[in-house]
Amino acid sequence: MATQLVKGNVAVIIGALYAGCDAYFGYPITPASEVLHEAAKQFPKAGRAFVQAESEEASINMLYGAAAAGRRAMTASSGPGISLMSEGISYIAGAELPAVIVDDVRAGPGLGNIGPEQGDYNQVVKGGGHGNYRSLVLAPNSVQEMCDFTRLAFELSQKWRMCAFVLSDGVLGQMIEPLRFPDEAVAPSPDTSWCVDGTPATRPNCVTSIFLDFNTLEEFNKHLQEKYAKVAAAEQRSEEHLTEDAEILIVSYGISSRIALGAMEAARAEGIKAGVFRPQTLWPFPKDALNALLARGNVKKILSVELSNGQMMDDIRLATDCRVPVSLVNRMGGNVVTHDQILSAIRDAAN
Amino acid sequence: MEKIIQAQGLYKTFPRKGGAAPTATHYCPGCDHGVLHKLIGEAMAELGLQDRAVVISPVGCSVFAYYYFDAGNVQVAHGRAAAVATGISRVRDDAVIVSYQGDGDLASIGLNETMQAANRGEKIAVFFVNNTVYGMTGGQMAPTTLVGEKTETTPLGRDPRYAGYPLHMAELVNQLRAPVYVARVSFADVGRIRKARQAVRKALEIQRDGKGYAFVECLMACPTNLKLDAAGASRFIIDQMEKEFPPGVLRDRSAEAEAFARPGADYARETIENIYHLAEDHAPDAEHDPAAPTHAVKIAGFGGQGVLSMGILLARAGCAAGKNVSWYPSYGPEQRGGTANCGVVISGVKVGSPVIARPTVLVAMNRPSLEKFLGDVVDGWLVLYDAAMGEMPGREGVKMLAVPAHEIAEGAGSARATNTAMLGVMAGLAGFGIDEKFYLDAIARNFAAKPKLVPVNEAVFAAGKAWAQAHA
Repeated sequence: MATQLVKGNVAVIIGALYAGCDAYFGYPITPASEVLHEAAKQFPKAGRAFVQAESEEASINMLYGAAAAGRRAMTASSGPGISLMSEGISYIAGAELPAVIVDDVRAGPGLGNIGPEQGDYNQVVKGGGHGNYRSLVLAPNSVQEMCDFTRLAFELSQKWRMCAFVLSDGVLGQMIEPLRFPDEAVAPSPDTSWCVDGTPATRPNCVTSIFLDFNTLEEFNKHLQEKYAKVAAAEQRSEEHLTEDAEILIVSYGISSRIALGAMEAARAEGIKAGVFRPQTLWPFPKDALNALLARGNVKKILSVELSNGQMMDDIRLATDCRVPVSLVNRMGGNVVTHDQILSAIRDAAN
Repeated sequence: MEKIIQAQGLYKTFPRKGGAAPTATHYCPGCDHGVLHKLIGEAMAELGLQDRAVVISPVGCSVFAYYYFDAGNVQVAHGRAAAVATGISRVRDDAVIVSYQGDGDLASIGLNETMQAANRGEKIAVFFVNNTVYGMTGGQMAPTTLVGEKTETTPLGRDPRYAGYPLHMAELVNQLRAPVYVARVSFADVGRIRKARQAVRKALEIQRDGKGYAFVECLMACPTNLKLDAAGASRFIIDQMEKEFPPGVLRDRSAEAEAFARPGADYARETIENIYHLAEDHAPDAEHDPAAPTHAVKIAGFGGQGVLSMGILLARAGCAAGKNVSWYPSYGPEQRGGTANCGVVISGVKVGSPVIARPTVLVAMNRPSLEKFLGDVVDGWLVLYDAAMGEMPGREGVKMLAVPAHEIAEGAGSARATNTAMLGVMAGLAGFGIDEKFYLDAIARNFAAKPKLVPVNEAVFAAGKAWAQAHA
């Protein structure tokens, strides 16, 4: 156990190394390139594979290959690259393969700019590719969680055989904080019941996402939905700050939740009963904890504090059946919500 | 009596296919896919590779190749076989990877993946079926469609003025340095198929021996889309395709190519700890001390003035002293050459926002930074600015000091270390509850790669601190 000052994008690779990640495949894109650089530098020192792919389409398909071979693999990118990966992500879902993808979200749409945003929420949380599929989405808000959630993403994606995202942003990737290194390094072994790794045990196995017969494909889709229902029940994660008596509830994730915490404390100092609910998983959305909180009956208003156009606000409304009014506190385009902006929204809500 | 040779390497019946006709293939009568399947299966079996093999089924007519090959199988997205093969190969160095692809898949949508994997010399045997047409999707033009050839999307025949010329894949791949073996073979008659058999075997031997990339282009006709019988299809291959795509071995480096083995993964915790030098470079866990004040330090200036590294030094010192710290740089196009700033938060409790709206200490190394951030500084706190910009108008409620950072640094032996001088001044005035030894540790670690710079930066730091004590 030791602590070191580490950049968020580096912490991702540290988490991956401790998680037993066998391979990194990636294509340069700001602000995620530092993850690529760190993998290039460190993976070979531990005998892990590193390939700079020719495109994000190639990265995700290399990931598909390594995952089909039962090995732990990852990539990192940002919005435009995630768009290109959407095809592969759908195939990963269709073949029920585990995969870890880090999205350091930049401002969009289109080329946008390289400032921080959370505008990839719908793309990552709702799908982005074709078909009836889901991906697990973990939302860190510190360098420590960049490492810990990357490790967790490997565990969960293996457990459920599905894609697990770490949804980060330009701030979390760039910032430096102390990182407590993990205690354990995982030495994974492939699941030969389904993988195809060129060994006698896996010779009968076939990884595919094609189901020619309509009824067979419908059954497979039902199977996926049953799996997703189990994931939704088992894997919701969230954190609460001063929610016990909160009348104004801020819901925020990632870097904006860090800023929201400060604003909430300032509001408390003014005597306003504010609290923060931070989703750590965005799919599944932590609706059980959120609803349990609302069931206490104190919350009068919810503020969705996000760096996007209300994409998470939609999920809050869905999760709570619109029982409490939700309003949006946001910035876009690479701007970050400010302490004063949130504080003034809290004051407005309290009046 | 005719002698029927039992197919090897293929399933006797097709369990992955199932359905009403489990022994019938899905290929059209007269199609040569079955022949190529047989050649690959036979070579895999005779070379003893089935247990090591991973066959990749593409999108196209051979999408169901996995019905037939008695080997591990991975079905992939359209055109992405070479990337998937790369992924498998890089984590399974001794796997024998067979990538089976058609012309739309390999030469159109997957051209980039194809060329890049070939250029990396991935350990893959690629069997490329060139039949001049998209078969599965209903007879559209392929990159390999001959000039004048009629397809659904070239109803008057391929006109090169509108649709270009046939792509010569074997020749394209042969331009690259990495491939070990490149051949084009024809399936028009038995004599030609015998040559194809040798090429298939060679490609798999190269995989058996771990030597690298092998590419075999297979000229076939599509009787269904050409609306030809088997004999007509053979004539089409000989009379037209072979004229455009001459068969032959374009390259064979299999004898001189050396096997290249990649190392396996090392999962040991010690290995990772060594990579990050944890034994030498580690800090104590942060202490929880709600009584300690939280400082938000904004450091701003031109790029190249060392404002980002000054921030990292401060964060390092704080971390070593057991404080909760965060460092966050300004992020944007101005990072190169323009203005830059970073924020360092030092606290007795877990750091809230790393993005600083209201600094307690502002260090401005140039005038635009001072003007931009002066209004944000918390009342009663401190602004340090480089005296080189002249005497600046003050602000009510904050202490402002013009620091001759250049003179301090130069006087202590390094005119370039203005940022270290400013750090010394800041340490002397604000301190942040960080003992001096942690600043010195941070300087030593920061310049670990250039040890000559350590003593001079220590001297500049001390001079800055002394200046601060004289001007406090």
